[in-house]
Order: sequence, then C-alpha cells, then structure tokens
Amino acid sequence: MQQSNRLKPFFENINFEREDNTMVVNFGPQHPSAHGQLRLMLELQGEEVVKATPDIGYLHRGIEKMGENMIYNEFLPTTDRMDYIASSSNNYGYAIAVEKLLGIEAPRRAEVIRTMLIELNRIISHLFWLATHALDVGAMSIFLYTFREREYAMDLMEDYCGARLTHSAIRIGGVPLDLPKNWTEDLEKFIKTLESQIPIYEGLLTKNRIWKMRLEDVGVIPTEMAKSWGLSGVALRGSNVKWDLRKEMPYGLYDELDFNIPISDKCDSYGRYKCYMQEMYESSKILKQLIPMYEESDTQLMAHAPDYISATKEEIMTQNYSLMQHFVLVTQGMRPPVGEVYVATESPKGELGFYIVSDGTPYAYKLKCRAPSFFHTGLLTDLLPGHQLADVVTIIGNLNIVFGEIDR
Amino acid sequence: MAQHKVNYLADGGTPIKLTTVDKIVNFGRSNSLWPMTYGLACCAIEMMATGGSRFDFDRFGTIFRASPRQSDVIVVAGTLTKKHAEFMRRLYDQMPDPKWVISMGSCANTGGMFNTYATVQGVDRIIPVDIYLPGCAPRPETLQYALMMLQQKIRREPSKMAQKAKRLI
Amino acid sequence: MRTYTPKSDVQKKSFYSDRFFVKPSVPRKDVESDDVFLEDLQSFDGLFQIEDSYIELDHLVLIINPNDNVNVIKHLKTEQSYDFLVELTAVDYLEKKGGFEIVYEMLSTSKRKRVRVKTFMKQNETIQSVESLYRMADWSEREMFDMYGVKVVNHPNLRRILMPNDWDGHPLLKTYPLHGNEAASWYEVDKIFGKEAREVVGPELRDSACVDRYDTNRFARLGHEVSKGTTISQGNEPDTPIRYQEEGGVKLFGAKLVTPFDEIETVHLKERK
Repeated sequence: MQQSNRLKPFFENINFEREDNTMVVNFGPQHPSAHGQLRLMLELQGEEVVKATPDIGYLHRGIEKMGENMIYNEFLPTTDRMDYIASSSNNYGYAIAVEKLLGIEAPRRAEVIRTMLIELNRIISHLFWLATHALDVGAMSIFLYTFREREYAMDLMEDYCGARLTHSAIRIGGVPLDLPKNWTEDLEKFIKTLESQIPIYEGLLTKNRIWKMRLEDVGVIPTEMAKSWGLSGVALRGSNVKWDLRKEMPYGLYDELDFNIPISDKCDSYGRYKCYMQEMYESSKILKQLIPMYEESDTQLMAHAPDYISATKEEIMTQNYSLMQHFVLVTQGMRPPVGEVYVATESPKGELGFYIVSDGTPYAYKLKCRAPSFFHTGLLTDLLPGHQLADVVTIIGNLNIVFGEIDR
Repeated sequence: MAQHKVNYLADGGTPIKLTTVDKIVNFGRSNSLWPMTYGLACCAIEMMATGGSRFDFDRFGTIFRASPRQSDVIVVAGTLTKKHAEFMRRLYDQMPDPKWVISMGSCANTGGMFNTYATVQGVDRIIPVDIYLPGCAPRPETLQYALMMLQQKIRREPSKMAQKAKRLI
Repeated sequence: MRTYTPKSDVQKKSFYSDRFFVKPSVPRKDVESDDVFLEDLQSFDGLFQIEDSYIELDHLVLIINPNDNVNVIKHLKTEQSYDFLVELTAVDYLEKKGGFEIVYEMLSTSKRKRVRVKTFMKQNETIQSVESLYRMADWSEREMFDMYGVKVVNHPNLRRILMPNDWDGHPLLKTYPLHGNEAASWYEVDKIFGKEAREVVGPELRDSACVDRYDTNRFARLGHEVSKGTTISQGNEPDTPIRYQEEGGVKLFGAKLVTPFDEIETVHLKERK
C-alpha cells in the first residue's frame, strides 16, 4: 500500500502561449537513452516540433561553489566528474589553467604522458558517443562493439592510474606516475585493434541507407547560428568553420605533432558523424607519434616549483624540508599569485575553459568552468523547431552532450 | 570481490521457514530482475559498461526497461540533486510491488563528494534502499556482486504479495 | 554566548596567515607590446571610454562602463571580428566593493586572440543583455541571474536555469553557505513529504568525518555490516551467518547442479586476453 505523499500531478509553471492546438510532450529528466538528465518540453504539431524548451539543472551539484571552498589540488578530482566520459581532459584543462596562473611549465615527459592520456580519452569519448548515438537511433549492436573497444582502452587507463572512469591522472605541475612497464606496447596493440575495428563500424553505418536517411539533413546548424551560440568542437567543425584549438592556438605538444582536422561543409548530423569517425583515426595517429617521444624524454615528471608543488615521493620520504613543504601544501594549500586566468583546451566535446580568479589565498575567489555542452544544449531551443519527433533523439545524440558538464 | 564476509540478518533472529512455493517464486523473481534505467551521472557509464559484453549483465536475467511500470529493481546510479528528487520519488511510486532499490556509488549512498547545497545527501532520504554499493565509480564487478547480494536477499524473503512497508515513509 | 561569525562572506578562509607575506601578482603588460591588441584598443578612440586596459596572460583586458557593454561588444563583434562570445559570468565583490564584476570573454578566430571585457556594476543596478548580439547570452545570463541574482534587462526569458524554480537564494554569492541554508537543507523533504516528515527523515549529515559504531540508520557505522535499523550497543552486536536457499548446493536426482562456493577451488583469471 503506497503511503500518500504530496506529489500530485502538477503543471509546470512554464507558460506556453497556446494559440493553436499543439500537444505538449515532456521528454522527462529520466531517459531511456544515455544522455543524462535533460528535460525537454516539446510542443508538437502532429509529429513536427514547433517549440522546444530544454530544462537543465537536474545534475547541478555545486561544483563551482566547491571550487571556492577547496584548495587547488583538492579540487582536481572534482573536475573529473564534470565530463565523466573523458575525465583526464577535464583534469588537463584545469591543471594547465592553474599552471598558467602560477607561471610554471610541466616537464617534457609529463607533457608527453598527458597528451597520450588526453588523446586516449578522446578515443574513449568518441567511442562512447558512437555507442549511445547509434543506440538511440536504433543500431543497437554498435553499442556492444564499441563498448568492447572501450574496455580495452579503459584497461590501459586502469593500468596507468588505477581507475577506469574518474582518473585524476593529471596533476598541477605534471603527472604523478610514470607509465608502467609494457604500457606503450599495450598501447600499440590497442591502436592496431582500433584501426582494424573502426572500418567495421564505418562499414556498418556510413553507407547504410537507414543511417543516412536518419542523419542526412537532420540538425542542420548554419554557420551563423553556430558562431552565435558559441559552439565548439565537432559541432562547429561540422558547420564548416575551420577551428580546432589544437591547431589554431596550440597548447602543450600539439605544435610538434602532425595531424589533420576533419571538417564538414554539409552542416548536418551526417557530416558531424563523419568528423567524429575521422577524429578517432587522427587521435590514433597522434598516439603513434607520441610513443617515440616518450622514450627519448628525460624522467622528470613534476615541475620544480617548491612554492606551489610538492617534491617527488622519494624526496619527501628522505629529505626533511621536502616533507615539511609537502605537509604545508597539502594542509594549507598553495598560494598562487593574484590575478585572473582563462585557459581553454579542446576536449572531445568542444572548448572546455576554466576561468580562475585568484586573490592570493589558497582558495580560489572564483572558479568558473566553461562547458561546451552547456551551449550545445541551449542550441536545441533554436535548432529543434521544424524537425520531426524522431529527429529530436538523433540531434540530441549527435551533439554529444554530457550532463556533468552542463549542470556542473 | 568483497574480501570480508558480509553478514545479513533477515528479521532479528528467527529464521524464516520457506515453503516450496516460496522457493519457486523467489527463484523466478531473483533470476529475472528487470532494472529500470536510472543512470544519473558517472555511475551510469559503469552501469552501461556492466551491460556491455565484458561484464555481461544479461546473464543474470536482467533486461533494462525504460518504464517504471515494467521494472522490479531500480539501480540509482549517480548523484541525486534536489531538483531531481521529486521525480525520483514519483518514479519509485510508479513501480509496482515487489520492488527493490540498489543505490550505486557514493553519491547515491550519502551524497558522495558533493557535500553542497544542491545534492540530496543520500538517496535513502527519499526512497527505501535495499543494497548500498560503495565506490566512485564502482567497478562493474561490484555492481554484479550487488545484484547477486540482492538475489540472495530476495531468496530469503517469503513471497507474500503484500510486502510490508520498508520504512516509515 | 557563541562567538559572532560575520555572515557577509562565508567562503572558507585559510586558518594561517603570514603577516609579512607579500602576495605576488600575475604579470601585466602594456597594450603596446602586442600589435593586434594595440590596434583593437585604438579602434575604440573617440567611440567609448575605456577605463583601463592591459594585457594579462595573453588576454587583452578592457574595463568599461556598464552602460556601454552592448555597444562595446557590438563594436568588437562587427568591427574587430571577435566572432565568438565564449563566456559571460559575474564575480561577487559585494563585500569588497559593493557590486558585481561582469566578465565577457571573447574570441576571434581570424586573429586568434582573446579579449576579456570587464565591467563593474553596483548591486542594485541592472545590466543590459547582449542576447541580441550573441544567442549564447540567453543561457549564460540566465545562469548569472540564477547563481548571483544579477538583474539583466531586455532578456527574453530571465528565469532560473540550474536551480529549481522555487529555490530560495542565489547559491554562488559569498553570503550563501556551501551546505545551503535552512530552506535548502529541507527542500526535498518539504517538497515530497511535507514539513511534518522533517523529524521522521532527520537532518542531513554534512559532517563526513562523523563516525559512530552503533549507528545503523545512517552511514556513520564502522565495523561489519548489520541490517538497517537493528538496535545494537556495546557488547551487543549481532553476529549472523549468511543464509540463502542454495547455500549447501542444489541436488537434482542425486547429481549436484550447484556446488557450494569454495574460495580455494574457484578459478581466478590469471591472464587477461
């Protein structure tokens, strides 16, 4: 027998001006698809969407307020949980933002390892995107195939840092751990498997008549709308704008690496799909170039800046001053210079930026995370009207939104 | 896998006598638990990985159902925020008896690392929970273990149609 | 009487401070050092008054009057080809300066440069919306309003975006505690069960270091698990065996269908394929 509670059917206090007889469908916060907690209120005229209002905030956990109440190093595992599919990308964005504020540079081996991790995360994220997008559109077996590849990639991440999903593998000043033995061989094996499997996924989908009918001319984002909404990542490159932060405003090692940027001029979902598939090839190309760079790099892993960063574990365990400094840095936190910084990196979803206002205390005065998926979801207000109801699912899947980022 | 022995007690001391009918019904119920897809945040990804081919969830007889009306178990995977709490309760109320709840991950158990204004500190403030599953995110093997624990719990219960209320609310 | 803690700024503060510590600052450069930025700054001559400008960590920072914000951003968009408004937020300086600092972060893809436009507005003033120039401001300004209470004028749809619609307070203000005020802590209980259930459900446990061995209702127990709600006390912790119907194995016509679990004989996966 259910106990009665106060939940009665209620009408949202959102006003719809109903001149004509449109049906309001609530695409509720709980989805059978994988995208998280998006609530879309769609007004339908028959099968066609007339008005769409996305409602977010169902995963708002107060990450930015936590950033104001935690020391800089303590906040790093929280950034993991923002874009939880490619955790190391968020860690990297935050770490280089703080490093820019401090004015320090990570050593060479750390940069190589970081780039390897973020490109591996890019592959993981794109595989996940393909899995959920295909699952939503209806091609369910792709989900199982890509998750199999993803498991191999997550095995690599687990070998490195111990965690499959929320890595915290990148720290401010470098990386804490060196690559384990045989990791680079396992990585090469993984890349070989991946490069033999991606043609299978493409063979299943690219020339598939049903896939093309579902994706071509659906979700056309004109270039002006893309720029006005501040899109980034594949959504922008799929709208014929040649802009990738790794090439145009390079950070880290990207100016030394040789890779291409896929762009689509069709502006529709099919173009974006092809960009994502090509990006996976490009990421594996980058990974192959990084392996020899790792082998010829010096073994220093964390930057040498005793004001801000602790020493290596060997020194902490043997030298007294290193231990004291480490203690102070962990309990009180480091005091960065007073100032503001905004650094953006190209995460698999788009331009992930961190805006940090520091007032010299160990706690940031303001920490804002600029999430690409926030604007991609806002775009739905302008993009969905005119499409059929089945296209709504395709578009949401195609835009690669993850709610940990949107709601922070 | 858990290294320590987990001890459970059914009701406070007296063992429950299960008849053959109870055993058959419990066998049926526990081997075909249909979870509702309730992935909220990062733990949802691990839940999906559990449904993938390496840690196959389907061999337990589970089929992920989208509708609460057709499911037995709800695996709350991820952070429950105060904005969402209302809908969580509504969906729980829509599930028909007998129903169970597995709370997956630290965010669902106690609010987790998000000790902030917008997070419900534990999904058991809203709905009664049967199995708590620690981790951030818990490995897929942990989720499978939790499901097996739940199966064991179900097999110990008498199969009367009316389940007594699990907690006060 | 308890000591008075000022509630105007409840952000966590560092316990230790060093009287003689001089805080370093992020280096700032003159605008003349970069040609592109100098040209951008000079394009404003005569049009708008720029209160201050400098280059900080590869960004040109312009500080302007809040009434000019739409015009300055329009000028940057149309004349100086800053085609993306990347971010739009507010910083809470209510205690220090009595207002908010609104920050617009812009990007030019053709010039590959970033500009930060900052403006200071007092708490009770309003600011014009830039949504007519960039559609992303629609959501960013809603978020600014939701988190800080900044009132934006000419916005098509100014309502809460991240918090529930009937939430009380603006969370990112410095006066708002991290754990939430009283309305926040009981929000979900009030909404679902009503105020009467407050005693039944109990207050939230915000202290993550609270450990209680004999607490079986909340998550503070340390020790082997017992079922929820059993009353235990020192010396009276129940020790119970695991019971489930297939524990001794299952026999069917003399043959064993299910063998009992034997930890030693269980096969462990030795190598990963």
